[in-house]
Order: sequence, then structure tokens, then C-alpha cells
Amino acid sequence: MTIFLQLLTSGIVVGMVYALAALGFVLIYKASRVINMAQGYFLALGAFGALAIAQATHLPFVLAVVASLLGSLVLGGIVERLLLRPMIGEPVIGVIMVTIGLAAVLRGGILLAWGAGNFGFPQLLPEAPLTLGPLVVSPVHLGALGLSLAFLGVFAAFFKATTLGVAMRAVADDQQAAQALGVSVPRILAASWAIAAMVAAVAGVVVGSLNGLNADALSFIGLKVFPAVILGGLDSVPGAVVGGVAIGVLENMAGGYLDPLVGGGTKEVAPFVALVLVLMLRPYGLFGTVEIERV
Amino acid sequence: MRRLTFSDCGDYKTRYAQDAALFANDVGRLALGVLLIVWFLIVPAVAGPYLLTVANLTGIAVIGATGLNLLTGYTGQITMGHGAFMGVGAYAAAVLAARVHLPFWTAVPLAGLATAGVGAFFGIPSLRLKGLYLAIATLAAQFILEYAFLHWDWLTRGTSGYLVPPARLGVWSLRGERPFFWLIGASVVLITWLHLNLLRTRMGRAFVAIRDNDRAAASIGIHLFGYKLLAFFLSAFMVGVAGALYAYYTGVVVPGKFTLDLSIDYLAMGIVGGLGTVLGPFYGAAVITVIPEALRALSQALSAVFPDLAAALNALRDVVFGAVIVAFLIFQPEGLADRWRVVRAYFRLWPYTY
Repeated sequence: MTIFLQLLTSGIVVGMVYALAALGFVLIYKASRVINMAQGYFLALGAFGALAIAQATHLPFVLAVVASLLGSLVLGGIVERLLLRPMIGEPVIGVIMVTIGLAAVLRGGILLAWGAGNFGFPQLLPEAPLTLGPLVVSPVHLGALGLSLAFLGVFAAFFKATTLGVAMRAVADDQQAAQALGVSVPRILAASWAIAAMVAAVAGVVVGSLNGLNADALSFIGLKVFPAVILGGLDSVPGAVVGGVAIGVLENMAGGYLDPLVGGGTKEVAPFVALVLVLMLRPYGLFGTVEIERV
Repeated sequence: MRRLTFSDCGDYKTRYAQDAALFANDVGRLALGVLLIVWFLIVPAVAGPYLLTVANLTGIAVIGATGLNLLTGYTGQITMGHGAFMGVGAYAAAVLAARVHLPFWTAVPLAGLATAGVGAFFGIPSLRLKGLYLAIATLAAQFILEYAFLHWDWLTRGTSGYLVPPARLGVWSLRGERPFFWLIGASVVLITWLHLNLLRTRMGRAFVAIRDNDRAAASIGIHLFGYKLLAFFLSAFMVGVAGALYAYYTGVVVPGKFTLDLSIDYLAMGIVGGLGTVLGPFYGAAVITVIPEALRALSQALSAVFPDLAAALNALRDVVFGAVIVAFLIFQPEGLADRWRVVRAYFRLWPYTY
């Protein structure tokens, strides 16, 4: 039972990271029907950026993170303007490939700048684990959970209360109607990429403080996003959160209970098996819009 | 002997057979003949082992890219699992050769068939999914197959992989670059011939109809699911043959080769060459195979000036590779095949452009 609870809590913490990464992914998909294969590298860049800024400027680490998030915001906007805008109206495969090309460039850039080694963030929270009833939780995990929840809250408020957030929802809902009401669709698309890159950077910082920084490990989270968003529904923001947490818990459970039976690696593959099953049974996911084709 | 015709100053076709002919006039026929003679007789005589290696890797990539082109370029089903499908072909060939002791000439087609079966299985989601969703389903196929390569020890021997016995054709033992150059060249010709003729049949037309508008295709009596599965089957067969040849060519099969990166390489070949063209896979495979080789040569040439360059080669390859894809998508989305078509059309009427 304790093992179960332990797996559950660490699954939820990892799941919150997936939820953040998935949130940015869904944001882009909702606004522009583009799937972003470079999401994982936005994560990595956010985390490595924070590290680099902290090392180069000797700012307090929290400020370095904020600077890195702002940098991601700008980067996302630039990416949209330079790469995605020319692809409007191109076939799906072209749009996917442009994000894959971007991912390759970002990966190469990260490897050129930092190499493939492991790095760590400065320790902000005490290392001694806390005991909550039967559970043993490290403060870093709690901090990660808190940070993720805080950002999810901020984004919920952003979509509900700010003009830009409402405009983004309007564009996602119906581009033409939004345009007719005076919303600048290109601006909103750029904003959705900027925000997606920033959310990804938050997720990257959280993962960096949990597991340390490694370009491959960070970018792989960008692929774990797919099971999360398909489970939650590709165009549903609450779905991204629920799907992310569910996939995080699932992979931890699979790793904990199935690995001893089949000999390792289930943690990596279980989300994708779930992905295939969801696609077969309920392709629009838990909360996605059911698209009905009419001829 | 029939008189050769070199140019057609109008459209004088009177029968469908003429319209479906592979060559509109004798220029193409002659050019192809010359090209084949040069490729099979002169190139192996003059090229060194390094050039032959690059040519062999390109040839294998052409076969795989042709498979992808059939599925993605002609049938419009995006696949991100072709790297793993190639792995299935390589493993099937390795198992058939090392464990069942089948001869080379039966192991390769059987490996292709095994891959085709796996490909068709992972094509089943295309019953309900299309576009982005199908791409994500094939991405899942990639990871599930990679997991199988690494962890299904009984079949794949996990991380240790297989040593593939040398290929034998009758009395000849195929060793070294040159025999494989002819073998891979012949396979490329065979697969391209199959590809070309497939497109002229009812099946090929059905594929194109599904790509252009699946609902319209269904309404004129094309069984969507059947043809999509068939496209997955044939496409996986081709990439499986590429994998089997790769297994024999390199002599070892280990899991690390057939990753998502390989799938992405194949997609990039499709984009760079031009999806939905027969010659596209040739251009695409050549460009994507030559990029890392060219970078390596460049880094060696510059090693005196920048000694760190060799260490950064992989990272540099990623940057160049990504930049090439993005540049093609933005400036030349129809690929090199389209550029070649434009150049040819220009010189066709040159110098009397109007």
C-alpha cells in the first residue's frame, strides 16, 4: 500500500510537469491546428537558459528563471513569425515537418552550447525528506507540485479574466468570427506560441530541479506530451491537465509494478500503449471535441 | 528498326496506353539506358570504397524513402514509424538468416513480408484516424516497436543484437562494397520499377484518389480501409526490404539504429525530394545521406583551424539537417523533384520561350 501511495505521489508530480508541457501543446493546437514536435526542446531551452543566465550574470536563481521565461516568450513569438506564418495553408505534413526541423535545430543548438552532459540547478529547498503520514516526500517534489499548480492557476485566470486570454479562446473557437469582432488572428497565433514556449520553459525548470538537466531527457518529455493530450483530448485545456497527470501516474505505476515482471523499460512504453488504445476506442479523448464529418 | 522520337511539339496521344506510357519520347529511354550503364559498369570501376559506401547507404535509403513516398506521398497517410519498420525488416532478416539459416534470396523478401504484416497491423488505426491523429498513432508504433527491439529478448536478443551471416547468392559470397553496390543498385531498380508500375494500376489511382479527397474516393466505390491497409502493407514491405539489405550490408543488427530519428530522416527525405513523385526519393535520400558525410569532410578539412569542430559534429548535423528541412518547406515545398521539373520545362522550349 505504501508503495502504491509512493508511486501515486511521484506520478502526480511528474504528471504535473506533463500537464504543463501539454498545456502549451494544446494551446497551439487549439489556436492553429498545428502539432508542435519541438515542445520538448522548448522545455530544454527554458531549463538550460535559466542555468546559463544564473551562471553568466550571478543573479539570484529565481530572477534567472524569470529571465529565462521571458526569453522563451520572445523565442516562441519569433518562431511563429518566422517559421509558422509562411506555412499557413500548407498540407499537414509540411506543418509537422517544420516543427520537426525546428526541433532538430534547437537540439543541435543545445548540444553545441552545453553538450550532452548532466547539469544541476542550485539547491533552493532543503534536501531532508518530509514524512506525511505513511508517505515520504522530498521538499523538491512538493515545490515542483506547488509551482506547477500555481502556474496552472495563473493560466486559468489568464484565460478567464484577461482580454488577451479571452481573445485567444475566441480565436480557438472560431477564427472568422473572432476576426469579424476585431481580434487580430496573427497576433493571437504569435501569442499562443509565445505562451506555449513559456509554459514549456516552466515545465523545463520544474524537471530540471527534480531530476537535473540533460538535453535528451528533457526533450523526451515533449514526446510524452502526445499520450497526455490524446487522452485528455487534443483541443481541451482541462483535458491536458487531467491527461498529463493520468499519464504521469500510469507510467509510474507501470514502472513500479510491471518492470519487475517483464524486465524494464515499461515506463517509456506504457504511455504509448495507452495512446494507441485511446486512439482506437475514443480518438477525441476524454474532453476533446467530437468532430463529425458530414459530406 | 523504329525511328526514335526526341521531342513532341504537341499532344498527339490517341490511346490511353500512350498516355500511361512511362516515357513520353525516346530521350528518357536513352538517358535511362546511359545512366544504368554508367552506374552499374563505370562507377564501381572508378569509385573508391568510401564513395561506394556512401552510394550503398544512399541506395538503401532510396528503397526506404520509396516506401514512405508510396504511403505518405501517394496515399496521404503520414507515418512517423518507418524507422521502426525498417528495424523490423532488419531483425526479420537477421532472425531468418542467423536462426532459421535461410539463404539470402529468400530471407530478404520474407523479411519484407514480415515487415509488411507489422506495417498493416499498425495501419489498422487508419480505419478511424486520419491526418494528425494517424501521425500520432504511427509515432506510438515507433515507440512500441523500439521497446520490442530492446526488451523482447527471446526474439531480438535485446541489446546484444544479431550478427548476420554474410550473404550468399548461389556460389558467390557477397563481401565488401562492390558486390553490394550491384546488389543494392539492382534492388533499387526493381523497387522503383514496382513503384512506377503500381502507380499506373487501379490500385495506384485509388491511392491518389484517397490522398486527394478520401470522402470523394469512397463515394466512387473505393474501399478506403482496404486500400489504406494495402498502402501500409506495400510501404512497409519496401522499407522492410531496405532494412533487410541494411542488415546484410552492415552485418550487425542492434536496437540503437532504428529510432525516431531514422523515421524523421525518412520523412525529411520525402520532403526534400518531393512527396508524390517517383524521383523524389532519389533526390531526398541522396541529400539526407550526404549531409553528414559532407559535414564530416568539412570538419576534417577545417580541423587545423577549428580543432573542436569534430567533437561538435553531431550537433552541427542536427542544426544543418533542421535548417535544410525548414528551408525546403518554406522556399521549395514541392521538393527537388519539382525544381528539376521546372528546369526541364524551361529547357524544353529554350531558347524560344514563347
